Amino acid sequence: MILAIKLAFRNLMGAGLRTWLNVLVLSFSYVVIIWLNGIMKGWDYQAKNDMTHYEIGGGQYWHGLYDPYDPFTLSESHAPIPTEFKNEIENGEMMPLLIAQGSIFPEGRMLPISIKGIPKDQTILKIPTQKLDTLTDAIPAVIGSMMANSSRLEEGERVTIRWRDANGTFDAAEIVIAGIFSSNVPGAEANQVYVSLKQLQEMMLLPGHATILTFADEKAQRSEVDGWVLKPKSELTRQVDEMIKTKSYGQTILYGILLLLAMLAIFDTQILSIFRRQKEIGTYVALGYTRKEVVMLFTVEGTMHAILAALLATAYGMPFLLWQAKVGWTMPVDTSQFGMAIAPTLYPIYTIGLVATTVAIITITTAIVSYMPSRKIAKMNPTEALRGKLQ
Amino acid sequence: MKNILITTLSLLTLPALAQPTATEIINRVDQNMSSENRIAESSMTIHGRRGSRTIESRTYSVGTEKSYTEYLAPAREQGTKMLKLDDQLWIYSPSTDRTIQISGHMLRQSVMGSDLSYEDMMEDRKLTDVYTATLSGEETIEGRNTWILSLEAKVDDLAYHSRKIWIDTERYVPLKEELFAKSGQLLKQTTFTDVKQVEGRWFPTTMLYKDVLKQGEGTEFKITSIEFDQDIPEHIFSKAVLRR
Repeated sequence: MILAIKLAFRNLMGAGLRTWLNVLVLSFSYVVIIWLNGIMKGWDYQAKNDMTHYEIGGGQYWHGLYDPYDPFTLSESHAPIPTEFKNEIENGEMMPLLIAQGSIFPEGRMLPISIKGIPKDQTILKIPTQKLDTLTDAIPAVIGSMMANSSRLEEGERVTIRWRDANGTFDAAEIVIAGIFSSNVPGAEANQVYVSLKQLQEMMLLPGHATILTFADEKAQRSEVDGWVLKPKSELTRQVDEMIKTKSYGQTILYGILLLLAMLAIFDTQILSIFRRQKEIGTYVALGYTRKEVVMLFTVEGTMHAILAALLATAYGMPFLLWQAKVGWTMPVDTSQFGMAIAPTLYPIYTIGLVATTVAIITITTAIVSYMPSRKIAKMNPTEALRGKLQ
Repeated sequence: MKNILITTLSLLTLPALAQPTATEIINRVDQNMSSENRIAESSMTIHGRRGSRTIESRTYSVGTEKSYTEYLAPAREQGTKMLKLDDQLWIYSPSTDRTIQISGHMLRQSVMGSDLSYEDMMEDRKLTDVYTATLSGEETIEGRNTWILSLEAKVDDLAYHSRKIWIDTERYVPLKEELFAKSGQLLKQTTFTDVKQVEGRWFPTTMLYKDVLKQGEGTEFKITSIEFDQDIPEHIFSKAVLRR
């Protein structure tokens, strides 16, 4: 085997530019596959991390009628906070949130929004709720940067907000933008205005009511509570998983094309080698090599492209991949309109598993592609081969 | 003798000169504006930011409980029908050949992009039943003397907590109305113009609805023809008429 490897290496080096062209194409596949997978992993991490910090915490209880995709149900989806959660809320391990529908009128444009009542002193989410303590004659409110962009509102600006209380009676007041936060999570920012929970409960005539209860600890054992539906973190982040799965399928096609190009080059090289090196094959057999050993020699020679490509990819790919992990990849389009938790700059995350899997897949594929044309050697007549006669 | 004559004359003329109460004014307006039934053709012009569009319709109504509207123009809206029976509302759309019931919070949506919501159109409770009315002043609008009525909600489930209505002192028709939020913020304003005498009663034929919080010129509602107390067949107010 070692002899086969030595021979294969010598033959490859002897082939010169042809070998290096194959190796370069294959190394490109390594780098692209690792980079794209790293981006996906980075997105997955960033999206779930941001969602945890700005929207879902360690999981939530939803009021039985709450459906985020049906704003018409909002006015019905609230209830008094269950007494069993009183201690957790007092200890800051759980946070009630009341959601109501309303409209704001920046520069006379009507913008339908969700008004979210959030405790001023909460620490579960990174929303700057302490700013809701601002002393002003208007209602202090906090909005996300996506909302600030779409409504063209700036910190300190005042705008009229209109809502209907629990009886359906219209009410209107002025809010002042006390703070703007940036989270990359549309679920926490788009068309949403945060006011203090107490304030919203008063506005809606719903003292002590909540729509969502967000808890901090995702690992704690929890059970269903009457009238409330337990939504573990895994369920709340399922959308991200599904999106990444869909994107990964799309990327697989790209990997396939890249690999196909590389494999075509290797396949061609193998065919050409066997065609041009018939005398060599005949000599090996004459020297006592079994046909199987000769096939093995050529297969190893082909597979060695993958090993050399891995080394080349390490040489130029490693600095590139590390640089990318540091500066990230900024998407050329505005990601805030995607409706998904996605940062404008994604930082790829590479794992040993990712690199090992990529190397294994490319090496095994190269081995198979190298073996396929080599099988022809087993059918060769060694005497004819020794004479260099075409078979 | 002279003093007795003056006192007697004063006693005789005072009741006639006395100002009516707010409730009496509202009742007079109701008498003037309402009828057993009516058939009206109207055009609704919605002034938006990207231009205006006009929708023409014909409405059959009985009191405030039953009403059937069919849209006549433009071509895109032609054939759309709307039926209101008490507190239920159905809309038929010819493009989908479906009838849908507008209920619950869908009633809060705007009618064809106008400043009016379905709920505004559905309001059929008598003002005197749900509001406490007081006469709060007098004003002249476009040369007409008006009484200003202030209405405060006396029930909880009203969309507007208070209203102000300007009533023509002579013709007993509203000339202006303002709707307020609980906080006192003005939300909507309606102006009634082109008051004409139709079948012996005074009736405003142009109404301009304006959501004051929004930019824009509001929604203009023009009655092009109106007939009172007609013989409207009962089948007009059945769901079957929608798909006909």
